[in-house]
Amino acid sequence: MSMFTCPAPVTTRDTVLLGHGSGGKLSAELLRDVFLPVFANPVLCRLEDQASVEINGVRLAFTTDSFVVKPLFFPGGDIGSLSVNGTVNDLAVGGAKPLFLSAAFILEEGFSMDELRRITASMSQAAGRAGVAIVTGDTKVVEKGSGDGVYTNTTGIGLVRDGLSLSAGSARPGDAVILSGAIGDHGICILTRREGLELDTAIESDTAPLHALVEAILNVSTGVRAMRDPTRGGLASTLNEIAAQSRVGVRVEEQAIPVHDTVRGACELLGLDPLYVANEGKLVAIVAAEDADAVVAAMRADPLGRDAAIIGHITERDPGMVTMRTAFGTTRIVDMLAGDQLPRIC
Amino acid sequence: MRYMDEYRDPSIARSLAARIRARVTRPWVLMEICGGQTHTIMRYGLEELLPREVELVHGPGCPVCVTPLEVIDRAIAIASRPDVIFVSYGDMLRVPGSRSDLLRVKAAGGDVRIAYSPMDALKIARDNPTRAVVFFGIGFETTAPANATAIWAAKHECLTNFSMLASHVLVPPAIRLILASPANRVQGFIAPGHVCAVMGYSEYQELSGECHVPIVVGGFEPVDLLEAVAMLVDQLESGRADTENQYVRSVTALGNRGAQQRMAEVFEISDHRWRGIGDIPASGYRIRDAYAAFDAARVFDTGQIRVEEPAECISALVLQGLKKPADCPAFGTRCTPEKPLGASMVSSEGVCAACHAYRRHTA
Repeated sequence: MSMFTCPAPVTTRDTVLLGHGSGGKLSAELLRDVFLPVFANPVLCRLEDQASVEINGVRLAFTTDSFVVKPLFFPGGDIGSLSVNGTVNDLAVGGAKPLFLSAAFILEEGFSMDELRRITASMSQAAGRAGVAIVTGDTKVVEKGSGDGVYTNTTGIGLVRDGLSLSAGSARPGDAVILSGAIGDHGICILTRREGLELDTAIESDTAPLHALVEAILNVSTGVRAMRDPTRGGLASTLNEIAAQSRVGVRVEEQAIPVHDTVRGACELLGLDPLYVANEGKLVAIVAAEDADAVVAAMRADPLGRDAAIIGHITERDPGMVTMRTAFGTTRIVDMLAGDQLPRIC
Repeated sequence: MRYMDEYRDPSIARSLAARIRARVTRPWVLMEICGGQTHTIMRYGLEELLPREVELVHGPGCPVCVTPLEVIDRAIAIASRPDVIFVSYGDMLRVPGSRSDLLRVKAAGGDVRIAYSPMDALKIARDNPTRAVVFFGIGFETTAPANATAIWAAKHECLTNFSMLASHVLVPPAIRLILASPANRVQGFIAPGHVCAVMGYSEYQELSGECHVPIVVGGFEPVDLLEAVAMLVDQLESGRADTENQYVRSVTALGNRGAQQRMAEVFEISDHRWRGIGDIPASGYRIRDAYAAFDAARVFDTGQIRVEEPAECISALVLQGLKKPADCPAFGTRCTPEKPLGASMVSSEGVCAACHAYRRHTA
């Protein structure tokens, strides 16, 4: 089975490709070949969405994220709200209460001051909603042509609940796989704006802070093994990471996974699979089977988890692999993509 | 969603599968031609629904896969030029030539852009009059009309900075090649619906008559494909060999005459090399001499490019239905979508790639 858990292309790559930022196999390769060999330590090597460190008996979650989204403003959000929510969510899914954020800006010469104000106002609002304070920051300006208007980075610190240890490596056979709502909204929102596609109904990004939803889950269950927010690379990549890190199979039901009709339609048009499309306000929880119903009920009580559902379970069979029971009752593999999804010719 | 959900309806699929089971009395080998159809069969696991008498083998109809290695190398050479904006359908970017691919050309500073239509490339040419804009026009009869129209429009607009690296292949000669092989096992074909929407299906009627083989023009959704299989099994069980049309919502007998005329104006039939299979006589289109100024292969001198396929790759046999992907010792080990050895692993619609992505657990 090693070829499935460790998809190692043999090619030597002498330059960085866009696919290295896709969250798929190429990203994993970059991590494995460039970063981990030099930075390796026990905290980093857990490969969670956030580092968990203990200082004087207090457990902190610590994470960072950079944002290079184009367009900067899109239905449902902008680079500002995205920057705050992204880092808040990476802390929250580690079972931490997000507390403090930094905000850094790489600005391109000539960028509109008015747009910068809109972005910072949006960040401030998002921080208020998530209950975090932006307590430090940095600004750099690059020459015109060297950037794309504005890139941002946020780093966050949160306090991990006592006794809690969530890890993508903790899933066990029999556990339930729970998804908080419909997938693909953010990615399709951005893509249709970028491609200039006019759709009957506008698709809004789902960018939102998940800290309250996480709290609701942890309040009703001590059987939560892992949580992840499936951002770039989509639900498929997140499930594959869990399968690989826990050395278990993940079996999902196609019909249980909600996808909005507009997203489905846009995916048909563009030749994409919503399973691989990015989300910015969704959560996957791996939960002990006996707690699954209570967790789903708690999630549904939160507006961000209204459509929460059990979409599958963890199996002993097919370790390292994600399989899906289709609407036809047949089975197929849900693989990790090598790089970005590329639109098909026909 | 209309025109989609009804063709993915599990209860209709089950009743079609039951109809096939009730009709079949002995083993039949059927081939779907088009890569899009292969993708659907794998993705929905349709083979699990069929009785074991019905064996599906997967045909050569992935245009990305069968584009010859030397054409990819030529595309890479042209795209690497600093004066060129190279525009392509997305899934061609990852297809490896003999040493590199277009994604790496882009990473190295080449101006390589993704488009959904050759018309987007025309617009880029209008907007960038000082740069040479080259569109990578590949595909079967499906993409040929739009590509022909782009060339035609460029000529009529007197757009001097637009050209196309064209590599078009035709379906009927490939079916003929498969049927002519002494080792052929295929007894019925699902013809590609989108190709027939353009070309009609008179060529397939000729094939049915000439080779006594049943052909059903099929769509691309799971219900389309199961219905096409049911129609083929019915013909085979009753000893008929006709061309029938399952994809009536898109395909007429005569096809799209306007599209055919535009293609005939710009392209002429020529011998063509298929990656993984080799040379097939009169199996492709080339740009007519009258449009030579828009033929990137003639505009840009890339020298003689002649490359050989890796000897280990059995895609020639796979694409003709003589072998299955799992028969190949390199499948999933030395040959993966990240590092394909040959044609049928390079695009998501290639049979080996589709099999690798969706069916590895049974392969």
